[in-house]
Amino acid sequence: MSAADYKGFRYIGKKRRTKEDPRFVTGHGRFVADIALPDMKHVALVTSPHAAARIKAIRTDKALALTGVHYVLTGAELCAAVDPILPGVDAPRVTRYPLARGVVRYAGEWVAAVVADTRALAEDAAEKIEVDYEPTEYVLDPEKAIEPGSPLVHPLHGSNVLYRRKFVWGPVDEDFARAEHKLALRVRWGRSATVPIETFGVAAQWDPGRQLLDVWASIQMPKYPDQTARALRLPGNAVRVHFDVDVGGSFGVKRGIKHTVLVGYLAKKLGFPVRFIEDRLENMRGGDMHGPDRIFDLQVAFDSDGTIRSLRIRALDDVGAYAGRSPLQLGKPVGAIVGPYQIHSVEYEPISVMTNKTAQEAVRGFGQSPTNYALETAIDRVACELGMDRIALRKKNFIRKDQFPYLIPSGTSYDSGDYHAVLDKALAAADYPALLAARDAARKIGHLAGIGISSCLEPSGANSAFEPLFNPKNETTTWMDSCLVRVDLSGAITGVMNTSSAGQGHETLVATVLGEVLERDPDTIRVVHADSLNALPSNSPVGSRMAIMLGGAAAGAARKIKAALLAIAAHNLNKDVAQLEYHEGSVGVKGDAKQALSWAQLVEIAHRKFHQMPPGLEPGLQAKFVWEVPTGGALPTADGRVQMYPCFSFEAHVVLIEIDPATGQPKLVRYACGHDCGVMISPDIVHGMTYGGIAHGIGAALYEKFAYSDNGQLESQSFMDYLIPSAMEVPAIAIVDHCTPSPHTTFGQKGSGEAGYLGAPAAIACAVNDALAPLGTTIDALPMTPLQIWTRMQLVRTGN
Amino acid sequence: MSDEQLYSISIEVNGERREALVPARLSLVDFLRDTLRLTGTHVGCEHGICGACSVLLDGEPVRSCLMYAVQADGRRVTTIEGLAQADGTPGVLQDAFCETHATQCGYCTPGMIVAAHALLESNPEPAEHEIREAIGGNLCRCTGYQQIVDAIKLAAEKRSVGAAGK
Repeated sequence: MSAADYKGFRYIGKKRRTKEDPRFVTGHGRFVADIALPDMKHVALVTSPHAAARIKAIRTDKALALTGVHYVLTGAELCAAVDPILPGVDAPRVTRYPLARGVVRYAGEWVAAVVADTRALAEDAAEKIEVDYEPTEYVLDPEKAIEPGSPLVHPLHGSNVLYRRKFVWGPVDEDFARAEHKLALRVRWGRSATVPIETFGVAAQWDPGRQLLDVWASIQMPKYPDQTARALRLPGNAVRVHFDVDVGGSFGVKRGIKHTVLVGYLAKKLGFPVRFIEDRLENMRGGDMHGPDRIFDLQVAFDSDGTIRSLRIRALDDVGAYAGRSPLQLGKPVGAIVGPYQIHSVEYEPISVMTNKTAQEAVRGFGQSPTNYALETAIDRVACELGMDRIALRKKNFIRKDQFPYLIPSGTSYDSGDYHAVLDKALAAADYPALLAARDAARKIGHLAGIGISSCLEPSGANSAFEPLFNPKNETTTWMDSCLVRVDLSGAITGVMNTSSAGQGHETLVATVLGEVLERDPDTIRVVHADSLNALPSNSPVGSRMAIMLGGAAAGAARKIKAALLAIAAHNLNKDVAQLEYHEGSVGVKGDAKQALSWAQLVEIAHRKFHQMPPGLEPGLQAKFVWEVPTGGALPTADGRVQMYPCFSFEAHVVLIEIDPATGQPKLVRYACGHDCGVMISPDIVHGMTYGGIAHGIGAALYEKFAYSDNGQLESQSFMDYLIPSAMEVPAIAIVDHCTPSPHTTFGQKGSGEAGYLGAPAAIACAVNDALAPLGTTIDALPMTPLQIWTRMQLVRTGN
Repeated sequence: MSDEQLYSISIEVNGERREALVPARLSLVDFLRDTLRLTGTHVGCEHGICGACSVLLDGEPVRSCLMYAVQADGRRVTTIEGLAQADGTPGVLQDAFCETHATQCGYCTPGMIVAAHALLESNPEPAEHEIREAIGGNLCRCTGYQQIVDAIKLAAEKRSVGAAGK
């Protein structure tokens, strides 16, 4: 599909209102905390005050004596009754249970759960539970944690290293030997996360007559029903997850298996519905949703003309005390390990290490944004070393638009792109010459001002190829998604999707696609979320995949409906299908407008008039479509090459920042982002996610950090010290679109759910360092908080 | 249930007199959500930062997580449900949020609209920096605020056209 065809769409790519907005603006969303089940009880938690300790005793009698308190659950009971949650890599002795079993491994870890009539009573009771701890040795520094002799977070595992491998793709040593220049740098990505405004919550109800656990949750988790059932030792069809719960933001983190196992166990044991909604403190300390926390050591081999030949990257990631899929966040970047650049060879050594901190979980981009930050910082360093313009250096090394499909050293083929054009658009939108003039004028009057540039990829379509890459025992290559479409007797269309949504506008996506293919008004199409027992397979909205996978599935199902309508018409008009044409739901004979059957007539035949149905066609009018991620399905090679994701969106950021020389407070004066995610199905939704991703990136770059004290206490555990950017910190942002369709997808679309976040931290960090350049200093760690910037300025000024 | 002492309160909520017996420590947001089942008002942080629980108290935006229900006794509370038109369809501001796609997950949205409503009531033609300041106490993690700012600008225009037409 060419970009020109984009204009031929009827609904795709057009400004249209979404299906979800009306319920949200009137307060009629249905979030998990809005679900009130008859006789429902509430949970509050007792959590560990220590980074590491043995639990000697837990006394619950005072709590249980309170009126309205029903139960206190401890790890001893729960861990005997449920199976552990295992990490995504091969580490069977790194077990995780919802409640600590004998030892606690981080401050905030759940130790006991109280069930009471109200949350307030449960909190009262939790305060009366006495736990005797014997503190033990702990480790907080990931570099110390990988050393022999370090305290072990999970002694049975024998080491704090969860995963470590050195990949070599191409002649790295030779390329380094031949290169005219080399440089090395270290950068650090700070521990932050997506921190949705809604915390995680789950409600569960056990039906003893049906032997069925019903679950309502704020969830974004592949294979969530399956994992919940397994841990609870129930058959998969004994857990029914209701996906029609609005999720109040997730961006990766709402995995919630431990929450659900806890609440599911309590509901089944106690015989009444149980709900747990994290309060903000429980969420920040024990919600197990911290993001990547990485030290990158990079070496770059390059020539005097700016050609970058080779990279060596070591990434040490601190996943905290437990791991779900978090080690795999070092795996996804394998699929874009050279960014948008032609780099001949790469060595990559990911190391996933455990420390006594809150566990890491998936965060928007699944490890790609930290990697992009490291890569872009390296590119800037090369430019600086060579005295070369940063933009010219990028353009020199960009993969050209005539080189696609382009195979990178780690085995992934990029689908399409025009990186030069998008960067040029971003520069034009920012008015780059004016930006330079503004920066230099600010500097002349003694202000600190800097320009940041970043250019990076958003791998999209999520095939989860990092699972077999990082764990050879896991041979998962299927990563499908699905859609069911029904046309009822009234002629109304309903699309059924098979997962919950957290703001991505999936109902709008499905309705737009169904409307496009069937040429029916999307406003008349209803989209519902199945529950897990009547759902078709889905791997949930992760890895920027739903425009591609759910959009593709909806199109596939709609085409089957269309084919059925054509077959019915052919049978009744006594023509071949080739002689017919479909127009807005009716089917007529080409060149003879009088010979036609309307949508209503065709639907009626399908539902009521079997005698008019062509032989072999299923009565009714419904179709399902289940499909595998395009380009997916292969296991990695022995040397770790793999096709990681099918589609590659591109973004270029241009930022002007000014820093208050007295306080270190940065101000984003100008922000432009060029973005190419192929064909946009809903431009407002894509733009919204991109603005939001940039805002999130501003947080990661400048403000947000889960900081720990030396004794392992989380110091930023409220919104007073974990600083989420407000409308005052996020500037007006200019987004400029570009469209390079993907050859792998139904309409040429690519993913966009992580857009903005993947390049914003790199660009902002680059801008801060450009601002500090006249002082002869740089900052190599995120977040570059005002305090960090101020401290650095003071160090320069005092010469200390 | 517990043996907490209960207090009689009477609050006008969305134009309707609501009377209840509540414990002293019941927050206003829990009263609205759990007792009255007005679940459009959301809880985000419970320490007064995120603004998801914003409601109007006698027309002024307040954090309903930082107030006790008993403190609202005799006062007038307007929630997101009370900002729709009489027939339940979105009001001008709510409609503008739909037009510019100013929501994603929808969780901060009610508080954001309450803050914006209070702004437009006191300042019908706000400049962009005034809009940003007015919603500066409402955190949104999805939108980056841009389409929210656009919605508030659009609503201001529509309200001014509507006012001129009256």
